[in-house]
Formats: sequence, structure tokens, C-alpha cells
Amino acid sequence: MITFEHNQHTLRLWGDLTIYHAAEARSRLGEELARDPELEVDLSGIEELDTSGVQVLLWLKAEARAQGQSLPFTSHSPAVLEVFDQLNLAAAFGDTLLIAPNA
Amino acid sequence: MDMDQVKQTFIIEARELLASMEEALLTLEDQTDPSESINAIFRAVHTIKGSAGLFGLDPIVRFAHSVESVMDRVRSGRLPLGPELIGLFLECHDHLVAKLATVLENAPEHPDCQKEGERLMTSLIPWLGASIATIPSVHPEVSPRREGGKDYWHISVRFPPSMFQNGMDPLSFVRYLRTLGQMVSLHSLLERVPTGDAFDPELCYLGLEMDLETDVDRKTLEGVFEFIQDDSRIRIIPPHSKVEEYLSLIQALPEEEHHLGEILVAGGCITPHDLEMALQTQRTEDSQRMIGTIFVEDQSVPSPVVVAALEKQKRFQDKAVNEMRVVKVAAEKLDNLVNLVGELVIAGASAQALANQAKEPRLVEATATFNKLVEEIRDNALSLRMVQIGETFSRFRRIVRDVSRDLGKEIELEIQGAETELDKTIVEKIADPLMHIVRNSMDHGIEPTEVRLARGKPVTGSLSLNAYHESGSIVIEVADDGGGLDRSRILAKAMEKGLVAAGADLSDAEVHAMIFEPGFSTAESVSNLSGRGVGMDVVRRNIDALRGTVEIESYEGSGTTIRIRLPLTLAIIDGFRVEVEGTCYVIPLDTVIECLDLGPFLESEENHLINLRGEVLPFLRLREIFALSGTKPSKERVVVIQYGEVRAGIVVDKLLGEFQTVIKPLGELFRNLKGLGGSTILGTGEVALILDVPQLVNLASQRTRTRTPILS
Repeated sequence: MITFEHNQHTLRLWGDLTIYHAAEARSRLGEELARDPELEVDLSGIEELDTSGVQVLLWLKAEARAQGQSLPFTSHSPAVLEVFDQLNLAAAFGDTLLIAPNA
Repeated sequence: MDMDQVKQTFIIEARELLASMEEALLTLEDQTDPSESINAIFRAVHTIKGSAGLFGLDPIVRFAHSVESVMDRVRSGRLPLGPELIGLFLECHDHLVAKLATVLENAPEHPDCQKEGERLMTSLIPWLGASIATIPSVHPEVSPRREGGKDYWHISVRFPPSMFQNGMDPLSFVRYLRTLGQMVSLHSLLERVPTGDAFDPELCYLGLEMDLETDVDRKTLEGVFEFIQDDSRIRIIPPHSKVEEYLSLIQALPEEEHHLGEILVAGGCITPHDLEMALQTQRTEDSQRMIGTIFVEDQSVPSPVVVAALEKQKRFQDKAVNEMRVVKVAAEKLDNLVNLVGELVIAGASAQALANQAKEPRLVEATATFNKLVEEIRDNALSLRMVQIGETFSRFRRIVRDVSRDLGKEIELEIQGAETELDKTIVEKIADPLMHIVRNSMDHGIEPTEVRLARGKPVTGSLSLNAYHESGSIVIEVADDGGGLDRSRILAKAMEKGLVAAGADLSDAEVHAMIFEPGFSTAESVSNLSGRGVGMDVVRRNIDALRGTVEIESYEGSGTTIRIRLPLTLAIIDGFRVEVEGTCYVIPLDTVIECLDLGPFLESEENHLINLRGEVLPFLRLREIFALSGTKPSKERVVVIQYGEVRAGIVVDKLLGEFQTVIKPLGELFRNLKGLGGSTILGTGEVALILDVPQLVNLASQRTRTRTPILS
């Protein structure tokens, strides 16, 4: 299950960003990006992330850059941070990451 | 880093692995699908070999390598695993245990041990088939020596686009690789993720360049990618490889050459100068060099195999996760904790007593909450010491197997209640007595095959180990379906030894108990296992020392059950406080069934019997058996206690209620005192004595027969 909650300029993602929802997430995120040039993505509700999810996020970032938008990702959840850590992705995304206190 | 400590960890781990290997070997024959056990054995040997290599323990590495090679043939189905081979593997297991012991002592290997190792390695050779040539040398990739180049593996993977559709995720590969060693550097290549509409979120575009420091061999690393090697590009470059191999990697992946070159420079595999040289060479050379050897061999894998393989991969992961959830703590630290909790219980009781005296409601409430928490802490602390008896039980698989072969009997071991928990100290101390009993049962209990056939019994004798909880005790049973104890022979022997007067009328239980007398044996032949009359008395002494009891139930011709009852823990119990003549006594609460007024239930004052709803129970007056002065109060109370299957009443003056009791042993002087199990300190600072329920129950039931109430 993945759900989206758009509030002001913040799009908050809830649930699992995995292969089961990758196509859905890709089209929804693409739409949201086109609608709101000042969009921010809040990742605090992500409970599970896999490589396909990472690819969707990367693609979204690249799309934003191509349109001259900054599209920051914020509030990475522990699940997201763990995957970023495993695949050494922090630099590829370029967002500020808050290190979890117990990390 | 303290090498000695690391070595200790290695030895502890190796022992655990060997234990699981033994268990797997012994259960192999009963399993319908032995592949998991075979894998466990392989993993154990393989891991030991790897870790031993880190410490430069060449004899272990060499030996484990031979075992692993044979095991590998078994695992791949090229060699069936029959009883003969299982036996050989068990011997190899023992030898590895022996080799580990020499490592622990830091001693050079004993010549006998060396000879045994060579003998076993020679007997392994016939099972090796064609791969015989690889045995004598240590696997070069395990060697910790540096010869040039980098001492870690470089792994380059481009995952197939169909990865996700096949239910796989590169992340799980990365997580697994990290469990194999230290990931020195990792780069995710994401340039292949297309932009715009070309992006298909269900295809995998990821590539990885990894530097992994690990002591596993190439085969293991290749095995990680076994299920995707069909359509991915995988290159594994071993440690100490020449720079050319890295450069050829760059050349083989031209579309990413520049970026890849930078990654390799960043990882320290090559220098910028090497990279420059390589790019030049590539420009001048038309023909590209092929490094066929570093390509993973192509092998087509049918899709059901992929599914099975995935499950296997997942199991590996689950195992790694489970391992991380366990924390190892020195036993001494736990003991300290339990001691402190004991002191805390006493201090808490004292606070509560004071609060009750002060009659300050809020203080009483606060101390009550406090004591409830202390109780929880106590239960938690004690449960930390609890271990399952299963591990002790499964050791007997091996013993039963070996002994039954020595004796030429077919004996099957059945284990029940392996998950029953008891205090670690008790588990350790009960292992030896159990061993004696099991050996005795196999040697004297279960009859030789011919006798069994003649008696119309199945050829295979059965021995069962069972454990369960019963009213605050743990019960361990060793049962066989053998000939049972020979009452007349035991009695004759006992008279011969002067243990009983001729013509004495003894109950079955009393006769059976004779076998625990020192030097008692009715065996006509002395075997190297038992029959010398040494052992069973030691068994009883050990069990006594644990505040336990042992009883025998035997039926001539159909078998014997030896039942050991032990207290659950040695440290802290819930107690029930009673008072006689102003002195406080504590009865373990687990043994208390109910409390009554004596008056209405009294059946016979002379015979010391009460009538409990139709059931006649013997009773004891603490006042009488402890010879206390003073007069009986007008209203006496009875506490009905149970031990094993026997009940009795204890008559006291007053009932005071439940109380957390920290058991303090009685001093040396009181060692031989009967009826008392220990002492404890009350909240008021007074000392209270803890009653020994087994002894009291025994005394009460004996007395109804002999009518002589004496505590000897």
C-alpha cells in the first residue's frame, strides 16, 4: 500500500515504495511534479523501500532538474536511510539527511 | 584489537557451528528432505575454514578444506550421503573439536592429533572423486598474505532489466554481501536510469561496483549471483590481482569506461596513472583482450530452480538477521545481576514492612508499586538464566548412536519437551548424571537383540528423554523399553552386601532405590560403559546437591523410567510465610495447594491424618518435629503441600501470606539438618527458615506407616 497526501507544497508519502507500487508511484509523482513547481517530498512515512522505489525517486529528481525545479526530499524515514546507506546513494540524491540518533 | 579476545570469539563460534553440524549429521537420516541439514553442515565447515584462515591456523584450514570438498560433492548431489559417510563426517567433527582445543590451549598440535588428522584426510580421499588434486594445499584465496595488488575482492555487477519481474532485488544481494565481509566501498551506477517517458519503473537499471574485504572464496561469491548470472554482467576480481585485470574490466565495459575508471581509482584498485595508460592502450590496440577466466561460467537455470533459489537466499538472510538479534553475555555478569536483584528484593521487602508500620497510605501504595516492579525485574532477570534443555538432550543423539554401535544393539532415541526451560547452572550440572543414566539404560536396561526377539519385542530398543514442568519443579525422565529392574536380584545383592536385613519387607520403590547405593551393581559382566557399581551413587549425590530428587519406576520385562525432579531455579522463589511459636518459616509457594483450619478436617489425631473432602492426607505439626516449646493455639491451620504426586499437610499457628524469598544457603554447620532447605531475610531484617518440602512430604508419608515421627 502506498498513499499520497498533498498539503501546501509538501507531498507526503505513506507506506511501501516497492516494485508492487512502482508504476503507480511513478505516474502519481510525475503528475504532482507537473502541478506544483515548488513541490517538496516528505519521505517520513515510507516503511519499505526497494531498488525499484529508489529508481522512481531518482527519476523524479532528474525530471525536476530537467524542468529547473529543486524538488527537495525531506524527513527520510529509517527505512529510506537504511537503503540509501546500503547502496551509498546519499550523494546521488544530494538532499540533506538527518542521521537517526541510534544510527 | 585484542587478538586473544577475537580468537576466543572464533572458538566460541566454531564450537557452536560444530554443535549444529553434529546435530544436523545425526538428524539427517530421519529427514525426508535433508538438503537443509546438508547445507548447515557445509556452512559450518566452510565458515570454520574461513575464520581459521584469518588466524593462520593452517592445520584446521587444510583439514576443513578436505571435509568441505567432500561435503560439496554431497551438496551438489554427486555423492549420496550414506551411513558410512555420516560416520566419517562425525569422526571429522570430533577431530575438528580436538583441533580447536589445541588452539584454545595455544599448544602445538599433539602428534596423535596430527596422526588422526592425516588418517581422516586419507579416508576422505576416496570420496573426493576427481577433485583430489586440490587437497594438499591451502586454498590460495584464503591465505591472509599480501602479495601485491589490493587485498580485497572487486565485484562489478550490471543487474538484468528483468530482475524485479523475477521477484529479486539488488538490495538483498548487497545486504547479503555485507554479511560476508567488510564492504570497503560501494558505488551504485544509476546513469542508466532513463529520463522522461523512457523510464519504465518496473525494469532494473542498477549497476554496482563493490570492493569487499572477505575471506570467503570465489565460489561463494559467484554463488551469490548464481541466480542472475544468465543475463547480468558479473565480474569478480580476486584480491592481489594485477592491475591489468581491473583495466580489462574497464575495457570490457566501454560505455562507462570513464566513470568506472574513476570509481576504481577512488576505491584504490588502480592509480590515476594506470588508468591513463589503460586508456591509451585501448586507443592503440584494435583487438580487445578477453579475460575469459574471470567471467562467471554461463549456465542456464530453469525457472522453478530460480524460485527455489530465491527461497534459499531468503533463508540465508533470515539467519543473518536472527544472529544479530542475540546478544552474548558472560555468565558471570548474569550471576551478578541475579545477586543484585536478590538484594533488591530484600531491600524492597524491608521498605514495604516499614511502610506498613507507618500506616501512611500513599507510602504503602508507592512501595506496593515498587515491589510489583521488583517482582517483574526478578522474573526477567531469572528468565535470562533460563535455557532450553533441548541442547543438552540433543547431545545424547551422538552418545546413543555411538554406544548402541559399541554394544551391538539397535537403539532409537526419542526426545520430548526439548523446549522446556530451566536454570543454566542446573542444566550444566545435570548433564553428567543424565549421561550415566542414559548409558546405564542402554547397557543394562535394553536387552540384546536375541533376547528382545525371544521376548517378542521389536528389535529396535527405544530410549526416550522427556522434560516437563510440574508444580514448581522440572521433571526429566529417561525411559527405556528394556527388561526392567530385577527385584529379586537387587534384593539378593543388597542382603549380600548387608544393606538390608534378611527377610525385610520392602516396597518396590525401596528396592529400586538400592541401585543408588555406593558400589552397588548386579551386572554379571562389567563392560567399559557401566556395571562397575560406580556411578549411580554419584548420580544421586549430584542430584541431591541441586536440591532435586530421583525416583525409579520399573516393570519387569517392559522397561524402566528414571524420573529426576529439580527445582526450577536456585536463587529466588515465591514463598508462603507461616508462623509457629512466634518464629517465621517459609514454604515455597509453588508447592502449596491450599490452606485450611485443622479442626473441621481432623480425621485421626493419633494417626496424624486429615480428611480432605474424602481424601486422607498425613499431616505433620512443625511444633512437634522441630520440638518447639510452648502450647498449641486454640485454632491451628493446615497448609496442604504437594511434591511430585504425594501430598501432605503442615500444621502451623498462623498464616502470614505470600513473600518474595531470596534463598540463602544454610551454613556448613547445618549442612546435615533435615527438613530445612535454606534461610532468607525478611523485610524486618529477621531471618526466616525455608522448609524443605520434599523431605517433609516424605517424612509425613513414612510416618503414617511407621508411626515414629522423628527427624534423623
